[in-house]
Amino acid sequence: MKNFKIAEPKSIEQVSGLLSKGGEKVSLMAGGTDMLSEIKEGVAEPDLVVDLSAMKELPFIRKNRDGMHIGAMTTLADLASDPAIRSDYPGLYEAALSVGTPQLRNVGTVGGNLCQRPRCWYYRDAKFLCRKKGGSQCFATRGRNKYHAIFGGGICHIVYPSDLAPMLIALDAKVVVVAPGGEKVLPLSEFYTLPSKNVRRENILNPNEFLREIRIPPPKKGERSTYMKLKERGTWDFALVSAAVKATAGGNSFNDVKIVLGGVAPIPWRLEKVEQGVMKKKLSESMIKETAGAALQEARPMEENRYKVALVEALLVRSLLSIA
Amino acid sequence: MEKTSKKRKKTFTRRAFLKGLGGSAAGTALASKFLRRGLAAPPQEMEAAPVHSQKTVTFSVNGRTVSLEVEPRETLLDVLRQKLNLTGTKKTCDRGECGSCTVLLDGQPVYSCLYPAIRVEGKTVTTIEGLAYGDELHPVQQAFIDKDGYQCGFCTPGFIMSSVALLNRNQKPTFPEIKTALSGNLCRCGNYVKIYEAVRTASERMRKA
Repeated sequence: MKNFKIAEPKSIEQVSGLLSKGGEKVSLMAGGTDMLSEIKEGVAEPDLVVDLSAMKELPFIRKNRDGMHIGAMTTLADLASDPAIRSDYPGLYEAALSVGTPQLRNVGTVGGNLCQRPRCWYYRDAKFLCRKKGGSQCFATRGRNKYHAIFGGGICHIVYPSDLAPMLIALDAKVVVVAPGGEKVLPLSEFYTLPSKNVRRENILNPNEFLREIRIPPPKKGERSTYMKLKERGTWDFALVSAAVKATAGGNSFNDVKIVLGGVAPIPWRLEKVEQGVMKKKLSESMIKETAGAALQEARPMEENRYKVALVEALLVRSLLSIA
Repeated sequence: MEKTSKKRKKTFTRRAFLKGLGGSAAGTALASKFLRRGLAAPPQEMEAAPVHSQKTVTFSVNGRTVSLEVEPRETLLDVLRQKLNLTGTKKTCDRGECGSCTVLLDGQPVYSCLYPAIRVEGKTVTTIEGLAYGDELHPVQQAFIDKDGYQCGFCTPGFIMSSVALLNRNQKPTFPEIKTALSGNLCRCGNYVKIYEAVRTASERMRKA
C-alpha cells in the first residue's frame, strides 16, 4: 500500500483549512472502511488523508423542533440503535441495519455511507482505466454488467451503493455542507449528480467542501416508511435493487408517497411516475404492477442486468403493500 | 464483561501476575517517553491540525498497555500480527469481507484489517489471545471445542470474537440474534450449524456460571 500522511483535525475550521490547502491529493476519511479498501486496491492514492475520527462534535443524533439532526460521524450502529430513529423513521432504522455487517456498522458512519465510492468492479480494479478514473470508456457497456445500472447510465453505468441515501431522500432529508465561505443546506436529492454532469464524482461536493450533518423533517401524522433490499445472498451484501418508500396514509390509500430506488442507477433513483400512479388510489398487487410496468418502460438494461427490471416491480409491490 | 473480570480476580495465577507486571512496566516506560514528546511539542492552536507521517500510539491489548510507532497506512491487523506477534487474529481477505480479523475495540467487534492503527490511541483492544485466563479457556472457546464449532479453524478466532461481543451484551440471544451477530463472519467449511450450537451452549453455560 502506498504510504500517506494522516491529519487529525479537531475542529470544522481545521478540516476546511486542510481541504483548501491544495498542492497535494487530499482525501477525507470518515469511518475509513471504504477509503482503506480503495487505497489498498490502488484505486485511491491520496498524499494526505484527513481523518475525521477525532472530531468530537461530529457524532450526534439530536431531536429538535425542526426534526432530527444527525452528525456525519455518527456510526451506523449508533443510528440503528437510537430509539427515536426507530420510532419516528422505521425505514431509516431498517436501512441502517441493512448496511454491511455488525463489524462494519460499528466503524462505518452516516457521512461515509452517503459519500462512499461505487462498487463497480471495473472502477474498483486499478487495471481498468475507466471514465470514472479519467479514462475514455465504460467497460461495463460491453463487458460484464450484471450489477450495473438500468437507469441514468449513459457514459458510466455504476450504481450508487448507499442504503441510507434512497431512504433519506424519501424522507425529504437535507444535508449541511461546509464550504470555505460558510455552510450551505440543500436537499439530499440535489446532492448526487449523474455521470453526464461529472463522471469523476458522484455528488456535488467540491474538493474543499464536506458533509457535516443530515436533517430530517419531523414525521407527519400517519407517516410510514420502509426500506427493502434484495441481495444475491441471505447475509450481508450490497443491494441488487432496493426500495425506500415513505407514505402518509389516509383511509385505505396514500395521500402522499415518495419512492426512491437504490442499486439501479448512478444516483438514488426516484420514481415519480409510480408515485403519481399509486397516490390516492386503493392499492392492489395488479394495480401496482400496472403502474410500475409503465414507469419501467424507461429502463435501459444491458445484456446481463435485465433481471433488475423484474426485481424493481416485485419490490414495489412488496414495499408499498407492506405499509398500506 | 463484568462477570468475566470478577472471575479473572478469583483465578489470578502467578504466571498471569508476572505477565501483567512485565507488560505494565514496559507500558509505563514507553508512556513516559510519549508524554515527554507531548510536552516538548508546541501547544496546539486552532490554525493547524496535527499531520503525521508516523505516530506513537499507546493502547491496551488484552489488558497490557503497549506503546509503539505506526505509519498511517498500517492497519490494526498488521500491527497486532507483525509488531505485537499476536497472530491469533487472522489475515484472510484483508478487505472487510470475511471477518477472520475480528477483534474487540472498546468491547465492540470491528474488522482490524480496515481499522487504521493510528486511530487506536487510548483504546482497548481484545484479541483471541486475551480471552483465556491462564489455562482456563473462555466459555465461548470451550463451547467451540465441545460442540465441534470449527473444521479447518481459520475463521474460528473471528467467530469467537463476534460471539463474545454478542454474549457480553446479550446473555440470552435468540437464534436470529445469533445469526445477525455472526453475519459478518464467513466459514468456508460451511460449519455454521455447529458454530451456532456452540454459541447457544456458551450462552447457557455463562448464565449458569
